[in-house]
Amino acid sequence: MSPADAKSKLEAKFPGIQIQIINNALLMKPEDLIRVVQFLKDSPEFKMNYLSNITAVDYVEYLESVYHLYSIENPPHSTAGPIVLKVRVPRDNPKIPSLVPVFRGAEFQEREAYDMMGIVYEGHPDLRRIFMWEGFEGFPLRKDYTPEDADVLEWEDVEWLEKHGVKVPEEYKQFARQLKDAGKEARAQKPTEKEI
Amino acid sequence: MIDEPVLHDTDTLEVNLGPQHPSTHGVFRMNVKLEGETIVSLKPIMGYLHRNHEQIAENMSYLGSMPYTDRLDYFNSMSNNFGYALAVEKLANIEVPERAQYIRVIMAELTRLVNHVSVIGFLLNDLGAFFTPILYAFREREKILDIFEEIAGSRMMCNYLRFGGLKLDLPPSVLDRIKKIVQGFPKFLDEFEGLLTKNEILCMRCQNVGILPYDLAVSASITGPMARASGVNYDIRKIDGYSIYNRLKFRVPLGKVGDVYDRYMIRILEMRQSVWILEQVLKEIPEGPIINPKMAAFAKAPRNFKPPKGEAYGRVEAPKGELGFYLVSDGTPQPWRYHVRAPSFINLTVLEDLCIGHKVADAIIILGSIDIVLGEVDH
Repeated sequence: MSPADAKSKLEAKFPGIQIQIINNALLMKPEDLIRVVQFLKDSPEFKMNYLSNITAVDYVEYLESVYHLYSIENPPHSTAGPIVLKVRVPRDNPKIPSLVPVFRGAEFQEREAYDMMGIVYEGHPDLRRIFMWEGFEGFPLRKDYTPEDADVLEWEDVEWLEKHGVKVPEEYKQFARQLKDAGKEARAQKPTEKEI
Repeated sequence: MIDEPVLHDTDTLEVNLGPQHPSTHGVFRMNVKLEGETIVSLKPIMGYLHRNHEQIAENMSYLGSMPYTDRLDYFNSMSNNFGYALAVEKLANIEVPERAQYIRVIMAELTRLVNHVSVIGFLLNDLGAFFTPILYAFREREKILDIFEEIAGSRMMCNYLRFGGLKLDLPPSVLDRIKKIVQGFPKFLDEFEGLLTKNEILCMRCQNVGILPYDLAVSASITGPMARASGVNYDIRKIDGYSIYNRLKFRVPLGKVGDVYDRYMIRILEMRQSVWILEQVLKEIPEGPIINPKMAAFAKAPRNFKPPKGEAYGRVEAPKGELGFYLVSDGTPQPWRYHVRAPSFINLTVLEDLCIGHKVADAIIILGSIDIVLGEVDH
């Protein structure tokens, strides 16, 4: 089924819903997501009962959550999918209703998207970081994230080393002190185009 | 978390299985709460092997992350390459020559054989049959890995596929050697099955343990042999018919109960189907170029390769389930977004449901039958 057909059918079912087609995907508002997915799953026409993939993309101006739905019940008909759904949320308040009540398969994938992009899936039963450790700050896959530079000693590292009886060369100490005075953390430089 | 008061006089015992334990197949931890020997709650904890594969790939050229896909599921580097190549070809609309398609399918099916024999070997290890079955399995696996070494230069990290084709053509004698392996494989399977399939201990330990019902398998996005053992008729080779699979004849074996034994049996039956596929492909493989001439230049200068703006989701039936790659291109040599849909990561969703009510020893074989590789789970 083409995205345009799916769009017109969804508009007939839910009058007043706003759906846009972008790159063969249906873009909708966060508050419409659950009822649309539930309808796609239950209606005999679509039977999109298999949620294949959830991921999030950082487009700098906004964050986007992407869902790929397929049908296990009625392949290999043309309606077997995929139907791609998209939801956009602002960067500073990224909240999307969770799909776990509809699909168990969303559980780990939403945790992954939360861990990496910081999208908060409201209603998720156990929204914790899944790969990074507890207490990790920042969201590694956002475009403005820069990792810590592991090769540079910071002042806390110097203190720890000296406490444990390791002699730290003066130049490292000086650099660490400079960083501390400037109130900065050691951040890695992003590689330039030529270096890659 | 189970916080309800326990009615018995006994305390619940909290045990960490892993992360450093051979039965967890890598660095994986299960936080288990026990009532006597019975599991009342199980939380999988992962991330010990996390290296932010996606961010690494977003910071380099498209071809640059091809060798990194080898390290996702390090048993099946060929099918990981296949999935990634398929996604990029979809993104940039690249045609693949016929001979390359055939060789890709040969490699994907050989990988399936490698994966399934090793999984069964490891499952038997978890059951307590230490290292005898796995030696038989690895004997066969080794023959196939020798082939990979000859064609790609590496046994496990093959890095053999390129966008629009392959890195190298097959050396002249390899096809005959693959034919020999394929001919001998059913005999090995008969021998293997003779030792295992009706073995009383295996039946008693595996039957009716860790039953995954059909409805849960569908709603929890379970794919691959694990879903098919529960009766879910979903094989992407059949549904999508990607590459040349739509021209090949094979059946999709399905289980009835969905227990550990069915998952073992499905893998045996799938290997027989793979042998059938390989026989057909080896008979019909044509001569011709192995890479699309337009793409051959980009294989040498990867930073000149700039797919048009857009997005694509490419997926293959990897030995462990649906392996998908979601790519967003902004027209530069680097992907804007690169996401891996890792099958063994998502198959772990139901681990707790399968284990509750069983004993600790059963949890080990249930995990073994799910077939995880931590390189892929933690990506």
